[in-house]
Amino acid sequence: MKFINYLERITNIGIFPLISLIIFFTFFVLVTVYVYRTPKKTMDQRGHLPLEQ
Amino acid sequence: MPVEKFYYDNKIVKSFAYATVFWGIIGMTVGLLAALQLVFPWFNLNMAATTFGRVRPVHTNAVIFAFVGNGIFTGVYYSLQRLCKARMFSDRLSWIHFWVWQSIIVAAAVTLLAGFTTGKEYAELEWPIDILITLVWVVFGINMFGTIIKRRERHLYVAIWFFIGTWVTVAMLHIVNSVELPISFMKSYSWYAGVQDALVQWWYGHNAVAFFLTTPYLGIMYYFVPKAANRPVYSYRLSIIHFWALIFLYIWAGPHHLLYTALPDWAQSLGTVFSLMLILPSWGGMLNGLLTLRGAWDKVREEPVLKFFVVALTCYGMSTFEGPILSLKNVNAISHFTDWTVAHVHVGALGWNGFLTFGMLYWLIPRIFKTELHSKKLAGTHFWIGTLGIIIYAIPMYWAGFEHALMMKDMTPEGNTANQFVTMTKAIWPLHLFRAVGGVLYLSGVFIMLYNFTKTIKKGSFMANEESSAPALEKVYVPTHKSHWHSWIERKPLKMLVLSLIVVAIGGIIELVPTFLIKSNVPTLSSVKPYTPLELEGRDIYIREGCYNCHSQMVRPFRSEVARYGEYSKAGEYVYDHPFQWGSKRTGPDLSREGTARLKRGNDWHYLHFWNPRDMSAGSIMPRYTWLFSRNIDTGMIPKKIRAMRTLGVPYPKGYDQEAVKDLLIQANGIRVDLKTGPSKITIEPTKEVLALIAYLQRLGKDVETAVKSGATTTPNK
Repeated sequence: MKFINYLERITNIGIFPLISLIIFFTFFVLVTVYVYRTPKKTMDQRGHLPLEQ
Repeated sequence: MPVEKFYYDNKIVKSFAYATVFWGIIGMTVGLLAALQLVFPWFNLNMAATTFGRVRPVHTNAVIFAFVGNGIFTGVYYSLQRLCKARMFSDRLSWIHFWVWQSIIVAAAVTLLAGFTTGKEYAELEWPIDILITLVWVVFGINMFGTIIKRRERHLYVAIWFFIGTWVTVAMLHIVNSVELPISFMKSYSWYAGVQDALVQWWYGHNAVAFFLTTPYLGIMYYFVPKAANRPVYSYRLSIIHFWALIFLYIWAGPHHLLYTALPDWAQSLGTVFSLMLILPSWGGMLNGLLTLRGAWDKVREEPVLKFFVVALTCYGMSTFEGPILSLKNVNAISHFTDWTVAHVHVGALGWNGFLTFGMLYWLIPRIFKTELHSKKLAGTHFWIGTLGIIIYAIPMYWAGFEHALMMKDMTPEGNTANQFVTMTKAIWPLHLFRAVGGVLYLSGVFIMLYNFTKTIKKGSFMANEESSAPALEKVYVPTHKSHWHSWIERKPLKMLVLSLIVVAIGGIIELVPTFLIKSNVPTLSSVKPYTPLELEGRDIYIREGCYNCHSQMVRPFRSEVARYGEYSKAGEYVYDHPFQWGSKRTGPDLSREGTARLKRGNDWHYLHFWNPRDMSAGSIMPRYTWLFSRNIDTGMIPKKIRAMRTLGVPYPKGYDQEAVKDLLIQANGIRVDLKTGPSKITIEPTKEVLALIAYLQRLGKDVETAVKSGATTTPNK
């Protein structure tokens, strides 16, 4: 195949999965913090949306 | 803001619901036919179009894209309108979506049976249909986002996030995996080869399960389970974490389909780690669904809809527990290539997708027809017969999987394999028969449902446009409490789309890019040469007949496999395979070493075996391939094929396309003469297709044999 293998190696490839792990972990923590800081009332309102109609 | 009156479009929902039932019956019936073909080979009917290799892709595609696909659209078109308090953006787009999707299904069934296939599992459809799928997906997207934009409810309920995540990821997967080079109206070659093709394919294949069979159904679950139980989801907080964690992790897990293969080790490990982590969001979602029924379990006894939902969620829990377990290398060593995988996917398909669909339909059909369900008792019968069907399907398949794996690995004290392949086929024969019985039960349940719906529809009156009213959204949003960054995303569908795309693209890029770019991931073998024109033609016939549905081309580095087949597979031996043909199930033996001195059989053996496998191997369940003896090789296409391969980087000499047919005829004539002078004194014209297929099989593994002899390959792939 022509368009592959034209780079012999990528420098510090090991950093790839690490970066993604950090992104995921940070995002996960932010989402968790968000859901627990949002007032229960707001969450309950949103949870009730399907039952409104 | 003044209250606005508007109407929900139930007609489109009804049409998708009817299509779901219709294609469900077709897809499952074809599945039953495939199951019977594995028990009684005469069910192949000795016709090309009805042979297992072509029927099985019709079954998988029909169930995934026709039954579940229409199920998704039924659920989305019903719930999205109500969650957005708005009619669908455009009725015209809704109907274009409906009719083009049904046409795609028909085109898929016809072309797959006619032998037009890309040879990549669950992505078998040829390029014109791929383009049509892309276009209709865009139509669906415009209609969905148009509806979301004109909504009268500020907050996007979590079900909608799952729909958005589904839409964007399926688009990405479909486009990346379908990059192919068309050589005629219905024939193309995958742009990728060998290891890269396998990685892209299973990145796609696994995520087809994730983003077609799971995330949209989770959206449906988050809407319909609370509706049916008449109580909100157990934890809305958990649903938010469920969504992000699931879409982030799912996209990475594809390589667990390729454990112990020639895929680089680091990619295999990546797949395993992320698969294990997946159990957390999956079970979070399952528990969220089941706990929604807290305090309502008494209703489950009486309400068939809830019964279906409970079993669906339980099956979701079981298969998402089993999935990570199967991605452990030591478990995968046993399960892979056996019926265990078949059992696993059917717990998901029959239990999770099937039962969630049935529950949704039992809830929805009476509502849009303003009536009660004709018979709750019959729905209960459907539930029990369906559940029994799942059990009678799954248990024999698990058993067959274990038995096959154990017999496969069984060695004699002298160090030889203890069982011939056909001995294993015979051993699991009764279990395959039981599986078909399970299928019959499950399918009869669907017919009971059809009868129940017919009666319900007859007594009801259809409400094509359902009136509703809601105040329009304020132009300027004033939050009721201190707003968080995530609340902002929840109000902005396009931001949600972009963020979902980023989340899933990260996994895809990190998984795919290094394998494509780093040369050391696919070590080259100098003895690996391009196929001769006749072998290339034979390979295309192999793909056309769907041989990969039953035969692998991947020897894993196990003693039992090396003893049975020969040298384990190397990444470098597949560099000219557009597409790869590693397969995922061994209903028949592995073929990647078929041409080596150790396994080699004469041309006459193959010839007679294709005519009737049972003449050569008593107890074989392989279909007969009699049409290969009368059909001529299409030599007119050969130059085009050589040119296409050159475009893809296969090193045929310049101008070889003009000489290829001559070489093809010389090689075919050689086989003809060998057959004529062999012990069976077979007479056949040198232009018949069977000769090309024989040539291809006789080639398999020969390059590696040469490499091993010359000592070029001794170290395992890292």
